[in-house]
Amino acid sequence: MTGAVLSVRNLTVDLPLSGDRSHAVSGLSFEIHPNEIVCVVGESGSGKSVTAFTAMGLLPKALKVSAGEMLFEGKDLLKMSRSDHAKLRGQRISMVFQEPMTALNPCFTVGDQIQEIFRTHTKLSGAQCKARTLALMEEVRLPDPQRVYSSYPHQLSGGQRQRIVIAMALAMDPKLLIADEPTTALDVTTQAQILAMFKTLKTTHNAGILFVTHDFDVVAEIADRVVVMQKGIVVEQGTATEVLNDPQHPYTRQLIAAVPRKKQGEAAPLQEEIALRVKGLSKTYHVARTLTRKARTVQALHPADFSVRKGETLGIVGESGSGKTTLVRCLIRLLDPDDGEIWIGNRNFAKGSRSSLRTARQDIQIVFQDPYGSLNPRRSIGEQLIGGPMNFGVSRSVAWDRAKRLMKIVRLEEDALYRYPAEFSGGQRQRICIARALMVEPKVLIADEAVSALDVSVQKEVLQLLADIKREMGLTILFITHDLRVASQICDNLIVMSRGQIVERGTVEQVFGDPQDAYTRQLLSAMPGNGWEVPALEAQPTT
Amino acid sequence: MTSLNLALPQPGTVRRKGFIGRALANPVFLFGAVLLGLIVAMAALAPLLAPYNPLAQNMLTRTVSPFWMSDGNWAHPLGTDGLGRDYLSRIIYGARISLLIGVFTVICSGIIGTVMGVLAGYFGGKIDLVINFLIMTRLTLPVVMVALAVVALFGGSLIVVVLVLGLLLWDRFAVVMRSAVMQIRNQEYIQAAQSMGYSTPKLLFKELLPNIFDRLAVIATFEMAHAILLEASLSFLGLGVQPPTPSWGLMVAEGRQYLLFDSWLILIPGAAICVLVLAINMIGDGLRDALAPENRN
Repeated sequence: MTGAVLSVRNLTVDLPLSGDRSHAVSGLSFEIHPNEIVCVVGESGSGKSVTAFTAMGLLPKALKVSAGEMLFEGKDLLKMSRSDHAKLRGQRISMVFQEPMTALNPCFTVGDQIQEIFRTHTKLSGAQCKARTLALMEEVRLPDPQRVYSSYPHQLSGGQRQRIVIAMALAMDPKLLIADEPTTALDVTTQAQILAMFKTLKTTHNAGILFVTHDFDVVAEIADRVVVMQKGIVVEQGTATEVLNDPQHPYTRQLIAAVPRKKQGEAAPLQEEIALRVKGLSKTYHVARTLTRKARTVQALHPADFSVRKGETLGIVGESGSGKTTLVRCLIRLLDPDDGEIWIGNRNFAKGSRSSLRTARQDIQIVFQDPYGSLNPRRSIGEQLIGGPMNFGVSRSVAWDRAKRLMKIVRLEEDALYRYPAEFSGGQRQRICIARALMVEPKVLIADEAVSALDVSVQKEVLQLLADIKREMGLTILFITHDLRVASQICDNLIVMSRGQIVERGTVEQVFGDPQDAYTRQLLSAMPGNGWEVPALEAQPTT
Repeated sequence: MTSLNLALPQPGTVRRKGFIGRALANPVFLFGAVLLGLIVAMAALAPLLAPYNPLAQNMLTRTVSPFWMSDGNWAHPLGTDGLGRDYLSRIIYGARISLLIGVFTVICSGIIGTVMGVLAGYFGGKIDLVINFLIMTRLTLPVVMVALAVVALFGGSLIVVVLVLGLLLWDRFAVVMRSAVMQIRNQEYIQAAQSMGYSTPKLLFKELLPNIFDRLAVIATFEMAHAILLEASLSFLGLGVQPPTPSWGLMVAEGRQYLLFDSWLILIPGAAICVLVLAINMIGDGLRDALAPENRN
């Protein structure tokens, strides 16, 4: 077919012999046309990033292309000399990376970094370079381009940095733009703006965009065509409407079914008994003065009041900097709050020194976000599990029995107790963390972004597990997340936080259906995939 | 959702080598360990191995050359020194001194440095300020000068040398432990342990120490080599182990006057020091590689 910006035919990339499969991608074929966004979707390890890196000629040395061709405007990128390929890069093909902080050099102003591209690829004078740079910054809608021009990366927000990276990618008006998870590290409102920008850019620059993502809602938001990958193989491709609304392959169906959505049906009635009551909890950080700056105080958490009933799941939703992490740290007293009360049963958890709290810690437990950092790599799972109850006076054999029982509840084998964390996948580790938190039989469990780092199908499993445990054990859960979709799936009630304050509270229905606060409305409208009704797939027989 | 993989990796598919297994697979470590093993065996079995009493003087057989030289003979394989003492016996007994100094100095300085580093790194704040000040103060002191001064005041004996070196060589332990602990204390598993009611000492010993042990082991080997070298320098300057005790550093010092015509008197103990330090450093390098988490499995 003519007119394609990039056409990939039968691409196969080999993994080194020690890999878990022989090909990173195999038999990959797809095309990108001008003025088109092609989304490559898949979970971690599906080979989607390898595809993007192959097109840029940035494959790690251990990976070798063994077959296929990759035609860019009729020329095969794979047969090109390195220097020819380098000439295309940045000029005709450019790339936007996931992490905007590490994609920019911290030692130069962002203006210099954009100009550098003009200096490399054109013979413009200094003044012309600067004018072009400022025009680009206007185009990616950076506020106050003059000021941003002379800022260093650390002085900009994540969204602004990503705009700079996109501006750099657009500098030479490329025909092909490759974006590797460009919005994954961003807050949802920033993500919405960046996605909207991608949609305008494809028409204004008439470029083809290869957009790598794991999030089906993002796909629904921007994709023209979709390529679904699993373990290096394309399992399905087609137009966005076809794939999203009528997926054929079981894996695609499974992924789409795992997209978090507001749960349907009546919520179970809640008990009257209150498990956790928080009154006027507040926290201020004091930043000491330095030579050049005056001392500041930052009100991280304005006095917050809420209560959670026994068996309830309360969602606390907010973007980065909203104070939700400070709230959590204060609740489990990893931080000392300035003021306020935390009542669990008839004990005020906010009072007393941290060492006097040790016995009370049994009542409130936490599951952290990072499944790789929250288990001690040098101790066996069993040792880590029984440590908690043994601190509270349970004998070793009783604790060990409890650990075995909990392994069953989180659907792992007993054998896992004798292993070390390095042997488990992210989802398995997160289940171990849940088991560890439940070992001391807490009254309240805090899940701090507990599923944010997981693939969507694993995320769904862990959410299901939490819901089951809650039902069976009558546990009270505080579910902290930045993702409204996930919150709406598991929570009974929601609290929305912004800048250290609770701005909205109510049942999921109320918050979604009739948001009162402007910030909540903004969050809701920023959710990707708003127009897309997920087809009810689980009812259909899978082929 | 039955198709999702809930199964664990089967035992046998993931085979973990223990840390000793991983270390032994490392040729550098293996070579260093064999070398050190030989030296330790030599020191331990000194009375059995040494052909003569290392202190026995014999004026009739002074500065006999080692066997490979034209005027050497096998009665004294490494020759004799200026007082007619058998050089091989002195080298064998000298290994005891070097190893004793290395091991005890590291135990002493390791405990001081690790305690200081862990306290500073974990608690931070004022404790960190004080300990940082101590580290800075220690770093401004030239080790050899201070050691010389102290030994000159209190006299040179094995115990004084060990104590002086032990009290001087803790700086690297403290600096490295402090930064290692600062990295680890903010990990979520430490916070999880806090919220599970671990007391501070238990948390430090059970959760923290296992994760910094690799770094501890590596510094210990390097400091051991350092201590052995320092003892040799002190003895060379006449302020370390006192004659007639056979110490390699002292042997170098005593051989100084024969440098021009009987240079093997210096070269042999010098080579012994060199081999021991090399062996210990190789073990340190090997340990560092074997203990790195990315080299597991």
